[in-house]
Amino acid sequence: MSGAAALLARDSFVELAARERVRALMDGRAFRELIDPFERVTSPWLARQGVVTQADDGVVVAKGEIAGQPAVILAIEGAFQGGSLGEVGGAKIAGALELAAQDNRRGIPTRAVILFETGGVRLQEANLGLAAIAEIHAAIVDLRRYQPVIGVIAGTVGCFGGMSIAAGLCSYLVVTREARLGLNGPQVIEQEAGIVEYDSRDRPFVWSFTGGRQRADTGLADVFVDDDASLLRQAVIALFERGRPATERSDAWRHYLDRLSRYDPARQATPEIVRQLLEPGASS
Amino acid sequence: MEKHEYRYPAGAPATGRVIVGVVSSGDLEVLLEPAPAGTTTVRLTTSVDGYGRVWQAQLDRIFQGSSVGPAGPAVDLEINDFGATPGVVGMRIAQAFGSIGASQGVRP
Repeated sequence: MSGAAALLARDSFVELAARERVRALMDGRAFRELIDPFERVTSPWLARQGVVTQADDGVVVAKGEIAGQPAVILAIEGAFQGGSLGEVGGAKIAGALELAAQDNRRGIPTRAVILFETGGVRLQEANLGLAAIAEIHAAIVDLRRYQPVIGVIAGTVGCFGGMSIAAGLCSYLVVTREARLGLNGPQVIEQEAGIVEYDSRDRPFVWSFTGGRQRADTGLADVFVDDDASLLRQAVIALFERGRPATERSDAWRHYLDRLSRYDPARQATPEIVRQLLEPGASS
Repeated sequence: MEKHEYRYPAGAPATGRVIVGVVSSGDLEVLLEPAPAGTTTVRLTTSVDGYGRVWQAQLDRIFQGSSVGPAGPAVDLEINDFGATPGVVGMRIAQAFGSIGASQGVRP
């Protein structure tokens, strides 16, 4: 198959909206939504600031099965307000994760997948969004004691801000080439560091540091997949089969701190330097 | 941000509810739910001010013309618009009506 034909034969995951992504991952493409859009639990804050709301506040909470086991998928719609998390969307994710942990304590092995497509906190909702993200962090750490929590960053929004910390807390991360993961977005870094050090308009440069390939090569993501819905579903199922990791990434903070201490900030970093510094498997 | 409401004569109640679209730049979200026979109501919230007459004209075309028309299913239509063009509006509404009865995930 030629390159173009192979591309057309692919069932792109990146191009799917949040609800369609859920459908692509669930067994039999079947699920039911908690706090579905017809319940109209929308952001009370956006409307007051003259911003049009979305009926699900940009978060889909879906219950179903993955590989025959109960699962909840939390899908963030990156196209609505940059996938930003406010009071409602944040509470939907945190609440669903808490319910999944409660299921496990009652003997129901519910597992969670979070589809990150988010710039982080919704600035219009300020502290309420930040508080919700903190609750999401706590809920991931709680749930991963029972079941692996899988994060997926497909792109093109990527995963930034407080939600990048949520991604870091996940047991496993799946990324595509289009994905980006970083605490600060490119424009924020440029503003703080200067355009000489970080040109946010230079897309190959931005992806070379924060893109999915680099994050997988440096061990900050676990699985790199092509942008294909069935490949993504297979990757998620394979990770669930692997079970909980021996060590959660966030519990290996000493290792990362040690590696960072070896970096000389006087030298301009390159993607190669970062790969050498964080190379997975090397002794620390 | 503006809110508008429009009413049109319609046929029998729709047989299902549908959500399509997303509130993102140049796009819109459409929530379609069955309404009592005879009347379709469109409740619109749009980020763009001053286009009430354009909306009226486009919705007239859809609900009085041939695409849905006065014999079409009676629905309550909620539209959350983020600057979609009339063409996109027409396609999203057609998509919503076309998806009535199609499975949008299994519900208990």
